[in-house]
Amino acid sequence: MAVEPHRRAPGDHGAAFAHRDSSGSQRGANPDKPIVRSIPTGWRIEPVGDRCLIVEFGRRVDEEINRTARSVADHLMAHPIEGVIDIVPAFTSVAIHYRPEALADSSAGDSPHRRLRARIEAILAQGVARPSESLRLVEVPVCYGDAFAPDLAEVAAACGLTREQVIELHGASPHIVYMLGFAPGFPYLGGLDARLAMPRRATPRTRIPAGTVAIAREQTAIYSLETPGGWNLIGRTPLKLFTPQASPPCLLQLGDRVRFVPISLERFAALEAQQA
Amino acid sequence: MSVRVAKPGALSTLQDLGRFGYQRFGVVVGGAMDEWSHRAANLLVGNRESEATLEITLIGPSLAFAETTLIALCGADLSPRIGERPLPLHRPVLLRAGSQLDFGRRQSGCRAYLAVRGGYHVAPVMDSKSTYLRAGFGGFEGRALRKDDEIPIGADDAEDYYPELGQSLREGGDPFCAPSWAVGPSFAFTAETSQAIRVIAGQQWEALTDGGQAQFVSAAFRITPNSDRMGYRLEGPKLDLRKPIEMISEGVTFGTIQLPPDGNPIVLMADRQTTGGYPKVANVASVDLPLLAQMMPDQRVRFELISLEEAQRLYLVREQDMNLATQAIRERRQAP
Repeated sequence: MAVEPHRRAPGDHGAAFAHRDSSGSQRGANPDKPIVRSIPTGWRIEPVGDRCLIVEFGRRVDEEINRTARSVADHLMAHPIEGVIDIVPAFTSVAIHYRPEALADSSAGDSPHRRLRARIEAILAQGVARPSESLRLVEVPVCYGDAFAPDLAEVAAACGLTREQVIELHGASPHIVYMLGFAPGFPYLGGLDARLAMPRRATPRTRIPAGTVAIAREQTAIYSLETPGGWNLIGRTPLKLFTPQASPPCLLQLGDRVRFVPISLERFAALEAQQA
Repeated sequence: MSVRVAKPGALSTLQDLGRFGYQRFGVVVGGAMDEWSHRAANLLVGNRESEATLEITLIGPSLAFAETTLIALCGADLSPRIGERPLPLHRPVLLRAGSQLDFGRRQSGCRAYLAVRGGYHVAPVMDSKSTYLRAGFGGFEGRALRKDDEIPIGADDAEDYYPELGQSLREGGDPFCAPSWAVGPSFAFTAETSQAIRVIAGQQWEALTDGGQAQFVSAAFRITPNSDRMGYRLEGPKLDLRKPIEMISEGVTFGTIQLPPDGNPIVLMADRQTTGGYPKVANVASVDLPLLAQMMPDQRVRFELISLEEAQRLYLVREQDMNLATQAIRERRQAP
């Protein structure tokens, strides 16, 4: 696996973020300094039971909405709120898990939910820094051979493409990690070329081997563990996506750019041996 | 010190209060299904409540203790005994070296929690000792206990943690010593009651039809046999949405009640996934999760809707109960 720093073009900050006037001069003075961004309005905060709430930034899978969710999650990680025990960014939202007893205030009579909600609202109103994570480009080697790609021929036929064209478009798509979920280390990647958009399979498979690369709608996923699943299987990577003892335990991080690089069966075997 | 597994039981795994802080990597929280019994068991032996306990499901193991060990069992009554003598629940018990703890018929509940003074000495994975079976990590070698496992346990002060128990054990010939007191009934979830499980409306509650809302709070739902630590699959009247909803996966929590397209609700439990893509019609109030965790497949469950404010008020009262119990246990230790 090759990991290289990925510098973005100046001005590539995303249209959904409106810069505050006060931050403009900061940006000019020092491009590495975090830039305060206001959060696009229209977010909603909803309780999920009595120990969790969700902040939702939009209702469609979209790179900008996802980036907003990641920025807010990063901010909350960097500026912990007493009583918050877990922060879970997803495609369009951030779930915030908390201990109500740590947010209780017997004198005010306010519920822990309302108290946390007020804290979050204040943070969102103020704006948060852009993600501080170093933007990485991760190359993921994939063997698209028959043994690993039971659905590749069907995908090609349904999309009116050859197998080679499917592999080429998959490799050329600008994938980005939107969410880790479903299983430990399981990445959902946006950015799949629209020409490869396929529905999920009507009947899910009961066992999909770890490392399997699969597509559905306009997303790619990599099965991090052997699990059931309903996506279209087009290849397999020899890389381990989840290592419980490692820190962090996942190969891919939120916001990583990912490029899939085709490899032969021989290369797959060699890399797999290296991983073991 | 260690405990040796003479018989493993149906499903015995080490669990603590869960693996928080890693859900953003898709790592399941896990932890004790009945957090209250888990916490009470730890408090009774003077552990931090975040220490691991052994979660024992339905059919208990046989466990051999080579040395004098202070234990506490809370939660389900699975007829624990030492030799022919029944072992009392919900209180500290000092076992004589060489004792074997056996279990018998299930009397009530589904899951018992065994705490040992000093805890179970396994290496935390991602800051937690909880066993996550599906991915095979955490707890003891990432799996349920097997015959002949030896798990390192204990602390040097077990024998005299409660001085009067140590003294009785040395002076008498009993296989174990226990005090006459126990933690109160709010720590003993029997789950044999017809008490409704209290829930808070979920984000998609309003998306249920009027009939669906009415049925949700009036009908009895059967807990189907394919329910487990990940989720309870319920069966009852099919609940309908006003119209299908296109959902984008987002965070879920312990007690979230999802409604898949087939109309049969699923209650997400300890080993739930970190995110979910089905409508969330309700969430179980945290104070009633232990009750649900002690319910058996084929038992029927009813739901009662309460406000979020009421759920959090009940939660804070329960936390206060736990603080009072902690204090009371500490006082018992000093003054027999």
